[in-house]
Amino acid sequence: MPLRPQSRRQFLSSTGMLLLAASMPASAAEHSGTLPWRPFAALPPDPLPGGRWYVFTPEEARTVEAIVDRIVPSDDLSIGGKEAGCASFIDRQLAGSYGTSDRLYMQGPFMPGLPTQGYQGSAAPAARYRDGLAALNKHSRDKLGGKAFFELAPAEQDQVLKDFEAGKVEYKASAGFFNLVLQNTMEGFFADPIYGGNKDMAGWKFIGFPGARYDYRDYVTAHNKPFPLPPLSIGGRPEWKTGSR
Amino acid sequence: MVRKLPRKDAVIIGLGWTGAILGHELTDAGLDVVAIERGPWRDTATDFNVAYAPDELRYAVRKDLFLQPAQEAMTMRNNVSQTALPMRDYGSFLPGHGVGGAGTHWNGHTWRFFPSDFRLKSHLTERYGAERVQDLQIQDWGVSYDELESAFDRFEYLCGISGKAGNLNGTIQDGGNPFEGPRKRDYPLPPMQMTYAPTLFAEAARAKGLHPFPTPSANLSGAYVNPLGVAMGQCTFCGHCERFGCANYSKSSAHTTVLPVLMRKSNFEARTECEVLKINLAPDGKSATGVTYIDVNGEIFEQPADIVLLNAYGLFNVRLMLLSGIGKPYDPSTGEGVVGRNYCYQTNAGTQVFFEGKHMNPFIAAGALGQTVDDYNGDAFDHGALDFVGGAGLNCIPTNGRPIQYRPVPPGTPRWGSEWKKATKAYYNNTLTFSSQGSSYATRGNYLDLDPTYKDRFGRPLLRITFDFPDNDIRMSNWISGRMQEIADQLGGKQAVVARARKGWNSVPYQSTHNTGGAIMGTDPNTSAVNRHLQSWDVPNVFAIGASAFPQNAGKNPTGPVGALAYWAADSIRNHYLKNPGRLVEA
Repeated sequence: MPLRPQSRRQFLSSTGMLLLAASMPASAAEHSGTLPWRPFAALPPDPLPGGRWYVFTPEEARTVEAIVDRIVPSDDLSIGGKEAGCASFIDRQLAGSYGTSDRLYMQGPFMPGLPTQGYQGSAAPAARYRDGLAALNKHSRDKLGGKAFFELAPAEQDQVLKDFEAGKVEYKASAGFFNLVLQNTMEGFFADPIYGGNKDMAGWKFIGFPGARYDYRDYVTAHNKPFPLPPLSIGGRPEWKTGSR
Repeated sequence: MVRKLPRKDAVIIGLGWTGAILGHELTDAGLDVVAIERGPWRDTATDFNVAYAPDELRYAVRKDLFLQPAQEAMTMRNNVSQTALPMRDYGSFLPGHGVGGAGTHWNGHTWRFFPSDFRLKSHLTERYGAERVQDLQIQDWGVSYDELESAFDRFEYLCGISGKAGNLNGTIQDGGNPFEGPRKRDYPLPPMQMTYAPTLFAEAARAKGLHPFPTPSANLSGAYVNPLGVAMGQCTFCGHCERFGCANYSKSSAHTTVLPVLMRKSNFEARTECEVLKINLAPDGKSATGVTYIDVNGEIFEQPADIVLLNAYGLFNVRLMLLSGIGKPYDPSTGEGVVGRNYCYQTNAGTQVFFEGKHMNPFIAAGALGQTVDDYNGDAFDHGALDFVGGAGLNCIPTNGRPIQYRPVPPGTPRWGSEWKKATKAYYNNTLTFSSQGSSYATRGNYLDLDPTYKDRFGRPLLRITFDFPDNDIRMSNWISGRMQEIADQLGGKQAVVARARKGWNSVPYQSTHNTGGAIMGTDPNTSAVNRHLQSWDVPNVFAIGASAFPQNAGKNPTGPVGALAYWAADSIRNHYLKNPGRLVEA
């Protein structure tokens, strides 16, 4: 991990990064007579390490892994959502400020709104997953022979997800919950691999996105020609790594 | 307890584009100036580092650089019969935050509005009769294009705009925009190299008899040193402009053009992470005495100043005027009052053309790299036989191929599963997109005021937006969609999908951070909040500078005119106000 001085900037936790900022002393800054600059002041992303679940219970984790593997099924175009790490990605996102909506306007009163007014619920994403996954498994157990969602055959799982997507399930927020999971799964499949999904840039290879490259000057006028270089992550490329991480 | 600080000559609220320009101009005039910015200090090397800047999740999806609703939200409704509710997350537009403001994360389209736009009501009335505009509340700006020409020029040269003049001193130039107003000299840099999709679009538009030209861009086509001596580099087409800070010193912003000079001046100070709570008025309400602000520790300060400059994002200029009691609030039931009046937006529609066997390479891109057609913009075409006024620029400016948010598929494609995968793979590199960016004309019912229910973290009322697309603008946009269909047909492709604008402004999907009006400029204190010098009619040592001053919005991005208004207001203060403080225009 790169060296970083203690900085109290606010955006550390936005992408599932460790919440260090809140405990640091804060002061407004006055700048005059010089362009402010400090060495090592940059704020690289600081994602949570994988290898464990932060928010999901074991049953929730298995459920989310099953869902993301139906949203992005494994086939000859790419690996599936589970292998790509989408469930772990979502878990790590929910462990940060995204999961608690810390950055959103969460003052009441909470009132039912019009579609043009957006989501007006008081529940943040972590709580919506807890409720939504419970509802998904309850629906599955009630309607499909007592099996949890992750125990169903793929075709049955697809049908349950379609029912959620269409809002046909007896769970008031089923369509909203499905949209949340769909959005987060796509984020996991296509975000930079440093956040725990998009394993080996599988999502980028699938469509041909070159990733975190920043200089295309040699290719601008190569109209209608395939782009020749492989994708690149903020963390580099797997073959660049000589040691274990 | 409020700590009172030593007096300054001028206090600037908000250190974005206009705050930086005003700061530079007024310190050059010898004033002692402090800028108060509620967001953090930001600079290229530290905050937009090239090693991690291309991070779509962090910047584009989680919106790391933007104002967070927890700090300040707004409420919205489509009309007065609805109850406004808070936008709990920003969606339709994304206000900036921190030093550089919205100029940090813009795309860089840098326009001059047409000469006719600045006298819109007079122009349309003369050409089509008063009846044609009777349902609209459009107004003249009180300043003409000719008066602003040198201010536009200064902003373009500050930025190093890359483009091709279409009208040099009245002579139409091949390859530029033939509909633009006359400019005294060409852009400082030539147009950017063109990518594939805009090249195809321009060919199709030309075949239809239209006049495509390279979009004037603040993504630089080459190395540049601006008149302040600040150097910038050539854009490398990384496709991370909008929602991102530029890591490459290639996108003009306050950081890359003004701040390196301004910050070194001993008579300038920036205080970051300090939020202005209100502008303080003298007991008679006829002059401002300074501002009260709160720092990040919750300590409250009073900063006395002789001049108060509102340089926040336009919506926040309006809110601070309402919170401070500057100017009479607008009332849509009577049409009286000025602060909050003529809130406008942008009327957009998109087009997708799906091909087979192409390599569009959408990731080779820049925020303002593309081609524009202005034949149907503003009043560049005859509206005599039509049932609307206004128009739209047609823009093929594929800004990025970032895959969380850019995955075009034909309508009817499932949103997930195997079929979704096949279509996503097939069309990611085979889709050409272009769009119409339409004018937004004022009506009596669209306005800004303070929300009666919802408060910010300090207990102050949130701004309330009451807005829907006017019928005139819907008719305009739908007619424009017909013109987009003609270009799409010319492009060929397997399938074209042309969107059509509808009533019911939705605050959720991103549309445009081009919110205008609310503290508009004009010649009559009964219908404008500020005079032609951006000076408050009611409190003459307060100036409100930004898109809040637009009486209505044109079919073009607002930053060019915002930059021009900043220079215009700075000239007014330097050349007139400082010599004789007081009203620059008699009411």
